[in-house]
Amino acid sequence: MSDASTSKSGGFPNPLGWIGRAAIGLFAEIGRLIIYSGKVIGSALSPPWNLTQIWKQMIAIGFYSLPVVGLSAVFIGAALALNIYTGGNRFGAEQFVPNIVVLGITRELGATITGLMLAGRVTAGIAAEIGAMKVTEQIDALKTLSANPFRYLYAPRFLAACLTLPLLVLVADIIGVMGGWLVSVYGLDFDSTTYLRNTIDFMTTEDVMVGLIKAVVFGAVIAIMGCYQGSLSKAGATGVGRAATLSMVGAAVLVLATNYIMSTLFVNIGL
Amino acid sequence: MTQPILELIDVEKSFGSNHVLRGVNIDVAPGHSLVILGGSGSGKSVMLKNALGLMTPDSGKILFDGDDVTYDQGKEREAMRARIGMLFQSGALFDSLTVWENVAFRLLNAEKMKRSEAKERAIETLKKVRLGASVADLYPAEISGGMQKRVALARAIITKPDLIFFDEPTTGLDPITADAINDLIIEQVKALGAASISITHDMASARKIADEIAMLFEGKIIWRGPASDIDHSGNDHVDQFVHGRADGPIQPSI
Repeated sequence: MSDASTSKSGGFPNPLGWIGRAAIGLFAEIGRLIIYSGKVIGSALSPPWNLTQIWKQMIAIGFYSLPVVGLSAVFIGAALALNIYTGGNRFGAEQFVPNIVVLGITRELGATITGLMLAGRVTAGIAAEIGAMKVTEQIDALKTLSANPFRYLYAPRFLAACLTLPLLVLVADIIGVMGGWLVSVYGLDFDSTTYLRNTIDFMTTEDVMVGLIKAVVFGAVIAIMGCYQGSLSKAGATGVGRAATLSMVGAAVLVLATNYIMSTLFVNIGL
Repeated sequence: MTQPILELIDVEKSFGSNHVLRGVNIDVAPGHSLVILGGSGSGKSVMLKNALGLMTPDSGKILFDGDDVTYDQGKEREAMRARIGMLFQSGALFDSLTVWENVAFRLLNAEKMKRSEAKERAIETLKKVRLGASVADLYPAEISGGMQKRVALARAIITKPDLIFFDEPTTGLDPITADAINDLIIEQVKALGAASISITHDMASARKIADEIAMLFEGKIIWRGPASDIDHSGNDHVDQFVHGRADGPIQPSI
């Protein structure tokens, strides 16, 4: 078989051929992912729903992620307060720390940090589980037993992630703001009552809603990337490991990319 | 001649430049036990997956009970699968479910049977494969490989299928456990009056469970005959395989 990446004349690599193949490969992959996502979303939005599976997944994805989400949020809130204080100090605007912390956490960081942490914890876990099921023929077994993997495996994970992510983001918002408050009150000599009053006065329902809408989208990204890569997993420990890595990297990048797109959209529509 | 329960006609399947099936023709009559022999990488598993509808052939036809099911989807495919049992090579039990939930999976999910009733049926079927009710609530990881095969066999027979596929049923088992599994397969298949297609490279298993034996080589069926003819098939490939010789027309896949 001839190697298409070398030119006919001298055997040097053909960069144009390489770029062309990479581009076609990328578009084909995007196409496959879109078709797959459509099937998952279609199965998730039409009855019958497998409530037992959805509940199990909500516990696995939501409840067991609480510690990691809480810990990340408290540190992000604390670091944010410290940095805003340092920056604000340069032009006498330290008093805006509570306002900017609550805005930053609710609109941006609460959702993004939750999305990124779950891209690690949940996406990789789903990919490894589905990948192991594929490799041990359990997905084929499901099909022979008349259970559609989209309904039985993928849709419950998708629904559970979309439903629990907003709840986790609410928790992250509260704990993130608390992180900022802790640093401001105990490290930067803010008055606790004033800090909390400024936070509550400044915070709007729209800010919180922006974070929660992002959370639903991140939930979809996290579940779909895990299921998709898992279902493509190749045999062996390396295959499953690779599926987990790919899913995690893909989900993290997509969380950040969709976050930017949604932020732009929300700013443009004045939300 | 009675109508075959399953018939593969000129089935071809390739993965890129790798032509795995190159025109497979095989059929099995109701109540008959067909064993398909073939070395590693001869395309046995791919053939089985095509027959089950887990893969779609590139060309050729698959008939189930006289109906063309090659490209069936949805309800038609489910109707066919409801009449088929499958024992996977690795057992393919669901790790997250208990033994009885595995055995009763189709009853619980596709047939929406009540859990108490389904559990009763599962325990009844476990008894048929010589497993006590005490294993019903264990998870697959908590039982031995031989027991897992029995559970998988129970899952394959619980709905009394017309056709059962066995993918290397004795692989990975010691000779005594393997023989016990062979006995169970014969006993249960006969009790159901079902047809069976087994793919294996274990000659002891093939001799024991087959009415008829066929040999798959380089993506084609190169020999087929009654199990009693296997030692004088007159085919060099079959002879080499039956006697497990490294020298001969088949090159070892190493």
